Amino acid sequence: MTAYAYYPGCSLHGTALEYAKSTEAVCRALGIELKEIEDWNCCGASSAHTVNPWLGHGLVARNLQLAHATGLKELVLPCAACYARFKETAHALGDPATAARIEEVAGGDVPRDLAIEPLLKIVVEPERIERIQSSVVRPLTGLKLAPYYGCLLTRPPDVAQFDDPEDPQTLDQLMRVLGAEVVRWPGKTACCGSSLALSRTDVVLDLSHQLLAWAEAAGADAIVTACPMCHSNLDTRQGQMRRSGRGDHKMAVYYFTELMGVALGLGLSELGIHKHLTDAVAPLARVPAAAGN
Amino acid sequence: MTESLRLAPFAPSGVVAFVEATSGQTLNDCYQCGKCAAGCPLARASDLSPQQVIRALQLGQPDVALDSRAIWLCVGCQTCVTRCPCEIDLPRVMDALRVWAMANRRAAAQREVPIFHRVFLKSVELLGRAYEIGVVGGFNTFSGHFFGSADLGWPMFVRGKLKPLPQRTRARGEVAAIFQRAEAMRARECAAAQRDAGGERP
Repeated sequence: MTAYAYYPGCSLHGTALEYAKSTEAVCRALGIELKEIEDWNCCGASSAHTVNPWLGHGLVARNLQLAHATGLKELVLPCAACYARFKETAHALGDPATAARIEEVAGGDVPRDLAIEPLLKIVVEPERIERIQSSVVRPLTGLKLAPYYGCLLTRPPDVAQFDDPEDPQTLDQLMRVLGAEVVRWPGKTACCGSSLALSRTDVVLDLSHQLLAWAEAAGADAIVTACPMCHSNLDTRQGQMRRSGRGDHKMAVYYFTELMGVALGLGLSELGIHKHLTDAVAPLARVPAAAGN
Repeated sequence: MTESLRLAPFAPSGVVAFVEATSGQTLNDCYQCGKCAAGCPLARASDLSPQQVIRALQLGQPDVALDSRAIWLCVGCQTCVTRCPCEIDLPRVMDALRVWAMANRRAAAQREVPIFHRVFLKSVELLGRAYEIGVVGGFNTFSGHFFGSADLGWPMFVRGKLKPLPQRTRARGEVAAIFQRAEAMRARECAAAQRDAGGERP
């Protein structure tokens, strides 16, 4: 067992509950212990830094203090958007004058020595990817996937410090290890419209429709992502795209943890796959059942 | 579609100084190559392209930027800063412009965006966490889009994705204190910028 401090973020306790369920199930199966940090607060998401950068840093700083209190050295985040906010503050703490002001807002010392990692990075560490490879009981043979990284896992590169900002590969490699086929497509790192979902829904529908159309044109059966915001815009809004005449999509959008769980032989309801608004169970029919089932 | 920008002659501006200080960027580093505009996913929905926002600031005319829809439509996708040959962090410049605009209660050209941010942050200030039903309800009420996203409410509710009751942080006083101290620091910075600008109109 390797233990990590764990920050789920607000989405995983609500709209992205299938990401939380599949994250917890897959980590259990892989011997990764997630210790949810005590009494965490929202990271400020896309709003706090826009109104006041010090608020954005202050909200993240309290969570860093709580993560430090676990005594663990690594903090893991499944949500790409929370990850970006945490890394932004960690980056800002590197400047002594800025750090002093962040600590003034946070009301105390803010730890600098925590490793802040996206869940996606943790699961592909060399010894773990070997374990995944040898634990696959239901290879995702016949499933063609468009890996979708979105914006915040990899950009800006000097802050995110993860994979390549223009042509990232981590999700591609992980999905191939699970037995899936990965398509080349132009939407890998394009933006879904993110937090404009309520304020300019039309823009989000345009951008997300474009992504789905690109994935379809590349021959993908489904999209796989690591971001609750992207998932929400792509999965939840396909009915709105249809009704507004943008396009008739029926494309499942998975969290990478859900597909890991399927390949590891975990139950679909344990992974929360029936919670999607666009049917995500049907495309799995083309994946052969686990050996011995 | 964006059109060519019409600007008056250069004038020094305290707002521009505030934007440079808050964003940590040197705006004159930009030589207007347009790479940011080429990759901007919001450019087609916008009035100014990202490099036009910078140009207005370079020429000392922050009102052109502050009155644009562009500063509100930027979602911080980080494509521009990733590709900028001069390493200008445009999303931080956009943040600084929005901070100034909201702090000075300027009318936003895309009024729904600051309404969303205020409602979202009110949830965080009161509860410590985001409360989706409260955020959607608050946004719809204050924006006048009364049935916005209503079609998604029931399908998400029956799947357990919308919780009737909010999740909370127990130590809400600690979160509220962060809001207060952050607001005090922001107010100090804005006041200093206004002083430096010699009482310029916000």
